[in-house]
Amino acid sequence: MRLKSLLALLGPFIALLVVYALFGVRNPAMFTEDVLLNILTQTVIVGTAAIGMTLIIISGGIDLSVGSMIALCGVVGATLVTKEISPPVVFLATVGFGGLCGLLNGGLSTKLKLMPFIVTLGTMQVFRGAGKVATNGTPVNLPFDVTAYKPWMGGAGIPWGVWLMVVLAILFTLILRYTRFGRHVFAVGSNEQTATLCGVNVTRTKLLVYVIGGALAGLAAVMNMAKSSQGDPTTAMGWELDIIAAVVIGGASLSGGVGTVLGTIIGALLMTTIRTGCVLNGIPTPWTEIITGTIIVVAVIIDRLRNRKA
Amino acid sequence: MRGIRKTFGPTIALGRVDLEVLPGEVHALVGENGAGKSTLMKVLSGAHAPDGGEMEFDGSPYQPRNPLDARARGVGMIYQELSIAPHLTVEENIVLGMEPMKGPLVDRKAMRARALEALAHFDHPDIRPEVLAGTLSVSAQQLVEIGRSLAMGCKLLVFDEPTSSLSQKDIERLFLLIDRLKSQGISIIYISHFLEEVNRLASRLTVLRDGSVVGTREVATTAPEEIVAMMVGRDVEDLYPRTARQAGEILLEIRKLAGKTKPADASLTLRRGEVVGIAGVVGSGRTEFLRTLFGLDPVKSGEVRIGTHQSPSSPRQRWKQGIGMLSENRKEEGLALNLSIADNITLPCLDRFGRGGTVSPARQMNRSALWIEKLGIKCQGPAQPIGALSGGNQQKAAFARLLEYDVDVLLLDEPTRGIDIAAKARIYEAINEAVTDPSRPRAVIIISSYLPELFGVCDRIAVMSQGKLTRAVPVADLTPQDVMLVATGKAQDLPQPAIRS
Repeated sequence: MRLKSLLALLGPFIALLVVYALFGVRNPAMFTEDVLLNILTQTVIVGTAAIGMTLIIISGGIDLSVGSMIALCGVVGATLVTKEISPPVVFLATVGFGGLCGLLNGGLSTKLKLMPFIVTLGTMQVFRGAGKVATNGTPVNLPFDVTAYKPWMGGAGIPWGVWLMVVLAILFTLILRYTRFGRHVFAVGSNEQTATLCGVNVTRTKLLVYVIGGALAGLAAVMNMAKSSQGDPTTAMGWELDIIAAVVIGGASLSGGVGTVLGTIIGALLMTTIRTGCVLNGIPTPWTEIITGTIIVVAVIIDRLRNRKA
Repeated sequence: MRGIRKTFGPTIALGRVDLEVLPGEVHALVGENGAGKSTLMKVLSGAHAPDGGEMEFDGSPYQPRNPLDARARGVGMIYQELSIAPHLTVEENIVLGMEPMKGPLVDRKAMRARALEALAHFDHPDIRPEVLAGTLSVSAQQLVEIGRSLAMGCKLLVFDEPTSSLSQKDIERLFLLIDRLKSQGISIIYISHFLEEVNRLASRLTVLRDGSVVGTREVATTAPEEIVAMMVGRDVEDLYPRTARQAGEILLEIRKLAGKTKPADASLTLRRGEVVGIAGVVGSGRTEFLRTLFGLDPVKSGEVRIGTHQSPSSPRQRWKQGIGMLSENRKEEGLALNLSIADNITLPCLDRFGRGGTVSPARQMNRSALWIEKLGIKCQGPAQPIGALSGGNQQKAAFARLLEYDVDVLLLDEPTRGIDIAAKARIYEAINEAVTDPSRPRAVIIISSYLPELFGVCDRIAVMSQGKLTRAVPVADLTPQDVMLVATGKAQDLPQPAIRS
């Protein structure tokens, strides 16, 4: 099994290397430390939220509201900062608020037995609107003298956010593989009825998955706020699609039961690399979009072919 | 079909198979799961291309490119799993893929005419051309599927275990239809696990084993024992092992248990060391009874007493109380198909494989390897996704789940449905071992539609009919006839045991 899951990761990983090398050959600037760091920092926000999305998708769910959630959490966080609340509290409160948003999604889809697609399609609008209402549609800027958030996404060396994402990726890989909760997530996503039959608390497992997804979106929001120095209710528009795409490129199945965190991170890196590479090679944005879209579809096709053989 | 070969990578699915079907003949194809029956039929119906050999149909060479092509040539398949589009109407389903056209548009008038012509074979009140196929019963959907082949003028129909999801009454109706089709000169290949069905329908039968033909026989002159021996490759002396059983203390007491609609006031007492069977037709409430008991369906009223516990419970609590359930629906409910064998076996008791919420995959694998060995589950190892196994081996793994949890009471819903005879034998053996374990005899409640199985395995049998459960009567005091009369509603209750002086 371990060998097989490594093989499953190999595809996206090779794709990542090939794409990186191809762009690098045309523009050696790709190989510089600055660009590499830039790719990493760009990946962190989407990547962190995508770790949560991986759990959600493995459990057979989906969360379309994650982009709006990042924006709303960012507004909450930035507002707290302007109220001169200490950074650790801001961190915890923002992550906690994200968790609450996730609880709302999970609660609606489990307790009321609604389709997560529909629930989160609704909360996507609600969260987005709430952020705008709370701020009258204008961004909440962080005060200039607040520097506590800077090292998370900038400054010298590798930003702290990158390390945090690495730690989270390892942590959740271990959780998925070596804890009862992790195995239950797979069981629920693979066959909910079997999980029920076997005495798995399906509702609790799903709730927890959505709460974790929300909390990680909250964390992504803090980093997004640190990067842009503001809480903007219109930020992260459409990111839910990038996040879902990263998970899918990483080999997860939208029908549940399959997926890895490592694959997701590779998927997120692949998308950032394509974007950065296109910019450096002067490829216009519309073409970037076409290339990214093609990669997503190709990833799914490859996955389908591989599964057919197995 | 002559010398048909088909290989999948290193696996030889079919090695030089010959099969001959006469016009207007019902030819049965039997064999264990994995013997190659389905593969052979997929070659015949154009779903797989053979690696070698040749086929002739109706006097001319026959090489179907795909199932549609095969149907156009006159070979229709009725699969085990229905291939009906539930959101289309009956007539749309019947002409699916061969819609009559008028220019760029579907000619709905011709479609209706063709559908009516095909449906005339059945004379079934529910099946009207404009009805949505998904609203029909399973048996009616199957008829629509047959109608699809008839509308194309098929001369050879292949039935792949058509009765596996039908009730007794629908099965009989299907048999009558097959008789009628035969008399119209249509040839039929009938795949089944059930020799009773073969005896009823077929004139000749061909036995497949490990991808080759063991032999073709006349049904009328061949003893069932011989056929089973041909299928298994050895003599099956006693399919139902039964060592001395001793009923012990009461494990489970069910008093007037009622679900939402079924069951109604079902009562049953189960003792250590006994197997109690529940007979009844499909839809009588047998499955609902077990599901209500296990906490999968809501309890309306009544009482379930397990040791000192006494309340309605969730499946989770039932496991903790020492009760495990095997679902009748292996694919949809019983197993998580893309998870490993190990995960499927250990899912209810993951807490035993690590401390503080952790799970050690290595220990899961070790325990599962034990059951794989003990029950003879054919697989590449405990890490293999369970969906890749044959039905019989999947079922053994599902059964192993109860053994791994080490429950006191095993609730088995159709434990041998659709699995091959060797796997059946192994499961009967495992049931017997469970209830006669000298250190701690377990107790079993088993649901089955197959009476010889119930009479072979059980100590007592109760019958469910329209939600009502009879007393459980010792098998020695019963005949299959008694059970059938109650199951079909012709008798109110099982006969009182003869009073012995």
